[in-house]
Amino acid sequence: MAEDIANSGTLPDSVDTRLPPKDAPLLRIDAVEKRFGGFVAVDELSLEIRTGEFFALLGPSGCGKTTLLRMLAGFESPDRGRILLNGQDIAAVLPHQRPVNMMFQNYALFPHLSVAGNIAFGLKRAGLPGAEIADRVAEMVALVKLEGLEKRRPDQLSGGQQQRVALARALARRPQLLLLDEPLAALDKKLRESTQLELMALQRRLGTTFVIVTHDQEEAMTMADRIGVMESGRLEQVATPRQLYEAPVSRWVAEFVGDINIFEGTVEARDGGRLTIATRDAGAIVAAAPRQPGETTRICVAIRPEKVRLSRRGPVADAVEIGAINRLEGVVTDVSYLGGLTGYTVKLDDGALVRASMANIARLDIDSYAAGQRVVAWFSPDDCVVLER
Amino acid sequence: MAARASRLTRFNIAALALGFAFLYLPIVILVIYSFNASKLVTVWGGWSLRWYGDFFNDQAMLAAAWMSLRVALVSATAATLLGTLAAVALSRGGHFRGRTLFSGMLYAPLVMPEVITGLSLLLLFVALDAERGFWTVTIAHTTLTMCFVAVVVQSRLGSLDRSLEEAAMDLGCDPVRAFFAATVPLIWPAVAAGWMLACALSLDDLVIASFTTGPGSATLPIRIYSEVRLGVKPEINAICTLIIGVVTLVIVAASLASKLSSARGESAAPL
Repeated sequence: MAEDIANSGTLPDSVDTRLPPKDAPLLRIDAVEKRFGGFVAVDELSLEIRTGEFFALLGPSGCGKTTLLRMLAGFESPDRGRILLNGQDIAAVLPHQRPVNMMFQNYALFPHLSVAGNIAFGLKRAGLPGAEIADRVAEMVALVKLEGLEKRRPDQLSGGQQQRVALARALARRPQLLLLDEPLAALDKKLRESTQLELMALQRRLGTTFVIVTHDQEEAMTMADRIGVMESGRLEQVATPRQLYEAPVSRWVAEFVGDINIFEGTVEARDGGRLTIATRDAGAIVAAAPRQPGETTRICVAIRPEKVRLSRRGPVADAVEIGAINRLEGVVTDVSYLGGLTGYTVKLDDGALVRASMANIARLDIDSYAAGQRVVAWFSPDDCVVLER
Repeated sequence: MAARASRLTRFNIAALALGFAFLYLPIVILVIYSFNASKLVTVWGGWSLRWYGDFFNDQAMLAAAWMSLRVALVSATAATLLGTLAAVALSRGGHFRGRTLFSGMLYAPLVMPEVITGLSLLLLFVALDAERGFWTVTIAHTTLTMCFVAVVVQSRLGSLDRSLEEAAMDLGCDPVRAFFAATVPLIWPAVAAGWMLACALSLDDLVIASFTTGPGSATLPIRIYSEVRLGVKPEINAICTLIIGVVTLVIVAASLASKLSSARGESAAPL
C-alpha cells in the first residue's frame, strides 16, 4: 500500500494522510470580487471553511453562489481578492492543477465512456498505473453502490445512477475539497431525501470537505454542518442550521429561511431583558431583548409559526399582565392540513395575519380549529426575534 | 421511420413511385445503357462490360479520374481542418464582437452561384500569377466545401454540453487535452461526415474546376463534359455509372457516421 501511494504520481494528496489537523481552515476566501460587465456577481466576499466540514452555500438563483463555486473550481477567476487552499493562493491555478473536484449540476458524464471509463478518466490523467486505476474504480463503484453497472454507458442509466457515477468520478481523485453544484436538483423528492442521507454518511466516512451549492433550504439544513446564506453576491449570514433558523441576523434571512410572522413596530419600553414593542397591526408585543441591542427603535418582531400556539380561551390573564406571554385575539381564516402538521392563518382583531402551525400529535381532531372560529394566538417573548427593519 | 402497412395506401404508393421515377429514371437508364453492347447509344444491343474495359484502357480518362480523386482527397482534408476550426471558433469563442457577421459570412458561399465563386477565384489566381492546375483546383474546392463542413460540425458542437470540457479540465486535462478528450470523440462522426460530404462535392464539381484548372490538368467532370460535346460515347455511360456508385457509397457512409453520432444520444448533424 505504501508503494501505491508513492506511485500515485501527480494525484492530489490523500485527505487522511497529509492534511493539517481538523478545525484548521482548509479554504480561506478573502475579499473576493467577481464582475460580469457591470453586474457584481460576488461582492467582496470572505469565508473560511474548515477541513472535513460539510458546508452549504444557500441562496436564491442569481445570488452568486454558483459563480463562487466556479471560482473555487477554477473555471472563473476572481477580479479581486484571494482564494487560499491550505494557505496557498490558488486564484491563478488552472482547474486541472487544483486538488479540487467538482460534481456538475447536469453531471456532465462523458457519453462515449462507460461507467468505469468515466470514473477512471481523472485517474488516467493523473498517470496512475493500470492496476491501481482498476482497484480505485472498483472501490468507487462499491462506494456509490453501482456494482454490475460498470460497463453501461451513461444514457443506459437512470437519473439516480447517473448522479452516483458523477459523484464517484469526482471523488476518485481523492480531492481535498469536493464541490457539488445543485447535486440533487434533478432527482425526484423521495430519491433526493434518501440521497441526502447517503451523501452525509459518505462525507463522514471519507472526511473530505464538501462545499455544496443549493437553492433548497431543506437540503442545506439536512446535510450541512454550516450554511452560508448568500444574497446579491454577499454572505448575509454564516451559521449552523439551528442558529440560522432560530437566530437569523437580518429580516431577509429570517424570511428566506423557513416561514415566519413579522410585525413592524417601535420600541415603547425597555424593562430589563424585555422590550415592549408597539406594532402597527398586532397591538403591543413583549419580546426578549437581543443581546446586542441596536440603537434604532424602529424594529420588527419575528416569530416562527410553530412557536405560535392557538387555543379557545388562551392562557391565564395574569401571565399576560406581567408580560410573560403575548396574547393576540382573532379569527381563523384558513386551515391547511398537511399530515404531520396543520397550518392556520388567523386574522387578528388589529388587522395582522398570523400563521401558526401545530403538530397533529393525536389522531382525533380534539385540538383543531375551523375557519371562522375565534381563537387566541399566544407565544412566549423568548421565542420572538427582534430584528432591525 | 418504419411506416405502418395501413398507411401505405394505393395513392401513397403511386405518389411515391412517380416521385422516385422522376428522380431516378434518368440515372437508371444511364446505368442500364452503360452495359449496352451496341456502339450506338440509343440502340440496345445486349449486355456487355466492354465500355468499362474501354474506360480502363483510356489513359486520358484515367488521368482525369486520378486527378479528380487527388483533388477530392486533398481538398476535403483541408476543408475539414479549416471548417472544423471555424466551427470551433464560432461556437466556442463566446459572443465576441461581430460573431453573427462571421457566421453569416461563413454560410454565404453555400448559396453563392458557383459561376461567381469560380470567376472570383480565377481572377484571384490570375492576379497572383499562379500557375493553374492541380493546386488551384484543390484550393478552389477547399473554398467551396469548407463551409459545408463548418455547418455540419457547428451544429454538432452546438448540441454539445459545454460542461463536458469543464469536467475534463476538472479531472486533470489542460484546456487543449480537454478538447481532445471530451469534445473530439463526440464530434468526430460529424467531422467524418463533413469530410465525406466535401469529397463528394469536389468529385461532382464541374463549374468551379473548369474556371480554375489549367491545360493538361482536367478533372473527370471536365473531361466528360468535353467528350460529350463531341457526341455521347457509351464509355461515358460507364464512367458516370462508376461515379454514381462512388458518390453513393460516400454519401451513405457519411449519413451512417452521422447516425452513429445521433445514436449516442445527441442530435445528428444535418445531412
